[in-house]
Amino acid sequence: MSWRPGASLHALAERARMLQRIRAFFMARGVLEVETPLLSRAGNTDPSIVSLEVCDGGWLHTSPEFPMKRLLAAGSGDIYQICKVLRGGESGRFHNPEFTLLEWYRLGFDDRRLADEVVALIGEVAARRLEVVSVSYRSLFLDALGIDPLRAGVDELQALARSRGIAPDGDMPRDDWLDLLLSHIVTPSFPADRLTVVTDYPASQAALARLNADGETAARFEIYWGAAELANGYFELTDPVEQRRRVAAEQSARRQRDLPPIRADERFLQAIDHGLPDCAGVALGLDRLLMKVVGAEHIGEVIAFDAGRA
Amino acid sequence: MATYSTNEFRGGMKILLDGDPYSIIENEFVKPGKGQAFNRVKVRNLKNGRVLEKTFKSGETVEAADVIDTEMQYIYNDGDFWYFMDPDTYEQVGASKAAVEGAVKYLKEQDTCVVTLWNGEPLLVTPPNFVELLVTQCDPGVRGDTAQGATKPATVETGATVRVPLFIEEGDVLKIDTRTGEYISRANK
Repeated sequence: MSWRPGASLHALAERARMLQRIRAFFMARGVLEVETPLLSRAGNTDPSIVSLEVCDGGWLHTSPEFPMKRLLAAGSGDIYQICKVLRGGESGRFHNPEFTLLEWYRLGFDDRRLADEVVALIGEVAARRLEVVSVSYRSLFLDALGIDPLRAGVDELQALARSRGIAPDGDMPRDDWLDLLLSHIVTPSFPADRLTVVTDYPASQAALARLNADGETAARFEIYWGAAELANGYFELTDPVEQRRRVAAEQSARRQRDLPPIRADERFLQAIDHGLPDCAGVALGLDRLLMKVVGAEHIGEVIAFDAGRA
Repeated sequence: MATYSTNEFRGGMKILLDGDPYSIIENEFVKPGKGQAFNRVKVRNLKNGRVLEKTFKSGETVEAADVIDTEMQYIYNDGDFWYFMDPDTYEQVGASKAAVEGAVKYLKEQDTCVVTLWNGEPLLVTPPNFVELLVTQCDPGVRGDTAQGATKPATVETGATVRVPLFIEEGDVLKIDTRTGEYISRANK
């Protein structure tokens, strides 16, 4: 067992430089830095994210999204936050259960305009020009797999996964088959030094994005550097009725998957009832961004003490 | 029956898939920020050595294979089986031709090998990393041929053939690396 850090001093210096550049970027754009609680009364209802409960009550946050939206509803204007978040069970080459997130919200922006700003920020941190390609989720699947992710049935998705030798045993919900194909076949083939902006996710994967006019897709984007998923952003949902419906849908998905129930965050829902201004928001994983900047192969190379050394 | 969750997967862990024992080589955690997590696992079939990749939903559990590596002494073979003895319990097991396939040409009686047992049956025999074996056949070195690095073949008592320097003669004892099959040095007593 070693007491030494897993990251080189060079990587740690690059981390400090990245944080400075990000703060300068937002300072120049008049975006306010904020802090919200790490320890929250409410857990995350998302069935694919494990919230860690602390023994004397409350949860460690998995994202600062809800309290930041409460600030927006209270009239904060444009805000950003750099914070550690925690997600149980996420450990691997690109995952550490505790990681650093940059999250920001821009009033009057839509998803397209915010995606452009994310690309600009990545360029500034990386201090080099990267090729950028923007492509819809649907054309991505059509081009790479010849299948329509908005129309294909579960059986078709499952058969395709089988033929590619990536199907796990048993049944899964439809969106899990899409996640499987996306993460095992589509994104690993992205060119290494290109930023890929994936737009217009299926409505079933809207998360907290508003739906597009077609009703089939959501104003949600993700940004990849090579095959690494860096950022996830939305033209934010502001309709309080739809918001409550989506929280309820997450809770019923938790029941279907035999996951422990987690109560809805009532303070967040009240803030949405009061009124979230029209805005777009995005979360960007800074450890992964740093991995790409310094050319690291494992997230442990850019974190002083990762989970295995903490 | 012991089980492992995908969260516990580590290189070297032995699991049971479709009734066969496998050793985990690599485990990659794959998860979109929003969405289902998977473990993409590379495994080796311990019966036939074949490597394959398999995807699990994260959190799935898999049965553990009762596979242990144990040090045993090689004692003899009867043409069908190669017999090994546990030096503590004196218990003997017979390994099939398939289990000793990679080891047989280095197996010398009394040598201690690693025997991989699955439910008590030998799956695989791994010879010691270094063995000392007697040269039973090799041509004499040709006088005057002193080119650096020149080698010739030599056959040792267990049947293996290794490339050796020209000065090696029949009756010499050689130290051999069984992982590479290479000659290391002369080890005459």
